[in-house]
Amino acid sequence: MDFDLTDDQRLLTESITRLLADQYAFDQRKAILKSSQGWSPALWGKYAELGLLGLPIAEEHGGFGGGAVEVMLLMQVFGRHLVLEPYLATVVLGGTAIRLAGDAGQKGEILPAIASGAMKLAFAHYEREARYDIADVQTTATPKDGGFVLEGAKSVVLHGDCADRLIVSARTAGGRDDAEGISLFLVDAGAEGVARRGYPLRDGTRAAELSLSGVRVPASALLGERDNALPVIERVVEAGIAATAAEVVGAMEAMQAMTLEYLKTRQQFGRPIGENQALQHRAAEMLVALEQGRSMAMLASMMVEEPDAAERARSISMAKVGVGQAGRFVSQQAIQLHGGIGMTDEYAVGHFFRRVMVIEHLFGDTDWHLDRLADQVA
Amino acid sequence: MDLRFTPEEVAFREEVRAFIRDNLPPEIRERMRLGHPPRKQDTIAWQRILNRKGWAAYSWPKEWGGPGWSPIQRMIFLEENLSAPAPEMLSFNITMIGPVLIQFGTEAQKRRFLPRAANLDDWWCQGFSEPGAGSDLASLKTRAVREGDHYVVNGQKIWTSTAHNADWCFCLVRTNPQAAKRQEGISFLLIDMRTPGVEVRPIISIDGSHHLNEVFFTDVKVPVENLVGEENRGWNVAKYLLGNERTGIARLGKSKERVRFAKEVAREVRKRGRPLIEDRAFRARVAQLEVDMKALEITQLRVVSAYAKSADGRPDPLSSVLKIKGTELLQATSELAMDVGGPQAMPVWQQELAQLANEPPIGPEWAPQMAPNYLMLRAASIYGGTNEIQKNILTKAVLGL
Repeated sequence: MDFDLTDDQRLLTESITRLLADQYAFDQRKAILKSSQGWSPALWGKYAELGLLGLPIAEEHGGFGGGAVEVMLLMQVFGRHLVLEPYLATVVLGGTAIRLAGDAGQKGEILPAIASGAMKLAFAHYEREARYDIADVQTTATPKDGGFVLEGAKSVVLHGDCADRLIVSARTAGGRDDAEGISLFLVDAGAEGVARRGYPLRDGTRAAELSLSGVRVPASALLGERDNALPVIERVVEAGIAATAAEVVGAMEAMQAMTLEYLKTRQQFGRPIGENQALQHRAAEMLVALEQGRSMAMLASMMVEEPDAAERARSISMAKVGVGQAGRFVSQQAIQLHGGIGMTDEYAVGHFFRRVMVIEHLFGDTDWHLDRLADQVA
Repeated sequence: MDLRFTPEEVAFREEVRAFIRDNLPPEIRERMRLGHPPRKQDTIAWQRILNRKGWAAYSWPKEWGGPGWSPIQRMIFLEENLSAPAPEMLSFNITMIGPVLIQFGTEAQKRRFLPRAANLDDWWCQGFSEPGAGSDLASLKTRAVREGDHYVVNGQKIWTSTAHNADWCFCLVRTNPQAAKRQEGISFLLIDMRTPGVEVRPIISIDGSHHLNEVFFTDVKVPVENLVGEENRGWNVAKYLLGNERTGIARLGKSKERVRFAKEVAREVRKRGRPLIEDRAFRARVAQLEVDMKALEITQLRVVSAYAKSADGRPDPLSSVLKIKGTELLQATSELAMDVGGPQAMPVWQQELAQLANEPPIGPEWAPQMAPNYLMLRAASIYGGTNEIQKNILTKAVLGL
């Protein structure tokens, strides 16, 4: 057991922190948010330069060769600054799918392009009626002329509007909720029959509705084993949970710091409001929740590479619940302790609040994962 | 960064588990599994078995009969002991007076008291709280006046756990009422409970048990050699005692054992014609507790691991997080076990058992003990510094408010 970071890991955190302190102050972020893309291509280039886009990608594919701990550290700093770039979609979700399911040719083409910043991906898996159920896939892929024709729709595809390539799940066999019969396909965003409608989520990050009508892809577009993509999809979702758990920890740290500052400076009844025990105890409870959440985010990152699928899934669900509840508590307290100013869009705390809220509703919410854990009680 | 235990730590856990399995008397284990608190003789018997192995004084240095374990080993040992379930070592002896004497005691005091404390030849109790001094401990009034080679002690202590079992009491007394700061007029005395003028009166708690007491001191003569540390410097000793050894404060092994037990008995209990263990609401409640226990387990590992590496050996203020969450879980798991018992957890039937020896039992043997456990554990968020005091500590030491 060891909670220490290596020197390299410390340096990584420091360099990201330096970059974001310089480039991602709240007002700078606001400007990025207002831009047409809703994220910054210039900073995307910076991340590539610093090696962040290749962080979990093997050195042979032009990456940094890092693992789950490195991604955790990065996402934590990203969470403190509410980074808007498509890192989760491209590097974490897309990168994990390619890494786990890609053949040599696909890896050789795509992973270096992710690392260099040349290609952005989106994980187009969840559908409107599926809610959080990962086996609920109605989009179909029908074999034709040696390739496939894709037909269907995907919903709330993270950064789906800016992706160059989409990783689309579709049924090649089986019925709607069957675990078997799902396959993954690499689809060019510009392919004929692909329509995307982009929009911001409540936290300002981008997403898209995707429709696929008669989209023809060659056989080489198949990513991983035909009919057996569900284990890969599970791993991608787990990677997403681990990464966003760390992001929530960063966001909670930022909200806690902001709240403490406010408690120390805001004067009412002729003294700082932080002298009131009722408020002090709320702040202490925020700390307790933050530390418990931090522990669970660590668990998620430690377990994301665990070979035992059942143990991995159970730990990740526990982490999703723990971080979800901690994040909700800390962010709600943060607004309450700020009072009216916490409700305003011009103040930062509400932006963190909304990021945590959106994350809670990705990859299965607290109830969904608690339910899954309840199924396994033995 | 790696959350897994090292092979050495895993082997250590196996060694501890095997020793407990092979040496814990089965009747003690069974009583505890059914939810009974350990009896005096159970605590003594088990601590002596552990002491023969050199493990009872688990946090002490080897020089004084401890095993010389790392904080992580201590945590593993405590968790295995609680999970067994086995009686806990008497904390007054092992985590309180022992470390205090090792830090502040004279050679004579160490030689006289430490081996007997480790072996539970002396049962210690803690004379801190008074009717007017609870969370505000420094306002204590029990007076000790020096007369020649002894002090004369007058006053009253309260909430003194197991004082009726105790041979000795370590006691905070006021030796200088005129001190500029109240903390500077307090001394730390060791009082033989058999001294004339010591009177113990029981306080029956809401669980119906006699665990708590009032202790009255009337002209009790205490030899000066029983002063620990310097006169009027007892507050430092008390602070050391309260801050010392937070490894086991979460008592996570106990919560884990109770959830395991609740799941086990939930297979016997039925709800709407099916075993309770199959009930959605019950399963969701267990799942939530398991999430909370997992979070606490990792937080505890973080605190213990930081403590193992800290140079000054001072307690991490985050140990207050362990106290708050640990006691919340002890309480929640005791509620779960009681709710599994349901109506059968409500009857008080131990006392009547003798008269009704020929009657069939009202319900499962374990059920009636679940309510008193639940009731007794309401104290967990009160003793050892209330959870509100823990929040005050976090507020000041970590948040700087």
